[in-house]
Amino acid sequence: MTDFNEVIGHFSDLRNCLTQGEYLHLGFQPNSSPLKERWRNNGLSADFMADYVTTFFPKSAEDPNSETRQIEIKSAVSFIANELLENAMKYSDPSLKKAISISLILEETRIVIIESNAAKTVQARHYRDFVQKLEQSDPMQMYLEQLEAKALDDSSSGLGFLTMLNDYDAKLAWQFQSSEEQGIITVSTEVSLPI
Amino acid sequence: MKIDSGDYVLDYDESSDKVQIIGSLRLNGLEEYAPVLDVLRECLTSTTAMTVDLSKLEFLNSSGIAMLSKFIIEARSKDDLSLTLLGSSKVPWQGKSLKNLQRLYPALKLIID
Repeated sequence: MTDFNEVIGHFSDLRNCLTQGEYLHLGFQPNSSPLKERWRNNGLSADFMADYVTTFFPKSAEDPNSETRQIEIKSAVSFIANELLENAMKYSDPSLKKAISISLILEETRIVIIESNAAKTVQARHYRDFVQKLEQSDPMQMYLEQLEAKALDDSSSGLGFLTMLNDYDAKLAWQFQSSEEQGIITVSTEVSLPI
Repeated sequence: MKIDSGDYVLDYDESSDKVQIIGSLRLNGLEEYAPVLDVLRECLTSTTAMTVDLSKLEFLNSSGIAMLSKFIIEARSKDDLSLTLLGSSKVPWQGKSLKNLQRLYPALKLIID
């Protein structure tokens, strides 16, 4: 199976842009610990990122909306980061010994969260095919269809992405890049949250 | 009966046919959610008027949403069932995501305080 390069959606990839505002970057090197033990780190990391962001949305006595705004943003970042990390942990291949990374960039009108991991080409293609279908579908219709389908089996459904689109007004984009090593694709998922 | 896992507490009060879940649910897939779903099902089979109180559930991942949906779809097929879901406006994800469950089951009573 041949390696491939593809971008789906508006992938801005702000990770290398030095003029950006606040920026947080975490990297996780998979080791031999079982998934079940590493799983708890998803929540720890997501909650840390969400809490970190609240520094830039302080509560103010003069602004009665500021507390609600902070709570909403914290909740959204926590959910999105958690979903991205869970997906990475479920679908990346630890045998490839490549790190999972997640970055959070704070812009004026949005928060951008980008997660990257390595995947074997066949798995990357499978993911690419799913996101192409997602891009072409009505998110609420697909969401309800997936919820009904989940009642029958436990196959992956992209429910996290559909929740981000429908409930958090997020925009999604993806980048698939062939790496120096044949058979390995770097898969990046970008979630843009309006603020 | 009660499940206390550290991250979450599930409390099934058989006398009031109410299941309450407190804390944070980030389990990996329907398999790990099986104990939670089993309790919800147990309550469902024992009553015609059931309440699920999620108002103190601060976090739910997408696998948890899938599990809840699976439960709602099973509840929907039960005749003469009155199912009430309690949420809180203070917990942001609930105001956003719980109403989707009503799309699956229009007769679901959703109360978000």
